[in-house]
Amino acid sequence: MDKCDNLTKGKAPPARTPDGHAKENTKDGNMSDIQAWIENEVKSNDIVVFMKGTPSFPQCGFSGQVVQIMDYLQVPYKGINVLESDDLRQGIKDFSNWPTIPQLYVKGEFIGGCDIVREMFQNQELQDLLNSKVTA
Amino acid sequence: MPMDAREIETLIKEALPDANITIRDLAGDGDHYAAEVVSESFRGKSRVQQHQMIYEALKGNMGGELHALALQTSVPE
Repeated sequence: MDKCDNLTKGKAPPARTPDGHAKENTKDGNMSDIQAWIENEVKSNDIVVFMKGTPSFPQCGFSGQVVQIMDYLQVPYKGINVLESDDLRQGIKDFSNWPTIPQLYVKGEFIGGCDIVREMFQNQELQDLLNSKVTA
Repeated sequence: MPMDAREIETLIKEALPDANITIRDLAGDGDHYAAEVVSESFRGKSRVQQHQMIYEALKGNMGGELHALALQTSVPE
């Protein structure tokens, strides 16, 4: 699920970047730079969501669903907007061998996309995973 | 370019012949589907791996020609 460019039509681009250096490091970088950058992001942050838009302004319904779940669980996470860089947008799909966005990473491990995150949230698995892997 | 539900089913069946597949056209536009796939070959695999098997079966159509496919995978009871 989740290529949803049709849902973003008519919306303004994000007014600000969630993470200034993300843009700087990924823009115009080559593919191996992107892979190294992504690896560093998912390893140096406990919870990372690669998404379309930002946590405060998701630009895709599927990314929005993951944001809602994370906000509901009140866990801190880093949102990375893939719409800021075409290299990143393709690079994250190559990184995980996963064709769609959003993508959730916990402690460097790819957990899933929107469907899996929702399913895990509904059966309490996500809460258990976060509790066991991330110390508050 | 929308994709036919039958086409999706055929591609999954080719990769997972034992699969029990239910496909719903969510919006009635031939572009937003939900698929439930039950197959013995999912046994012992993580959800991510199970979904990756489906994406592989769809041969790169996912995220391209196929706009939205909500997936639910499981092993037979």
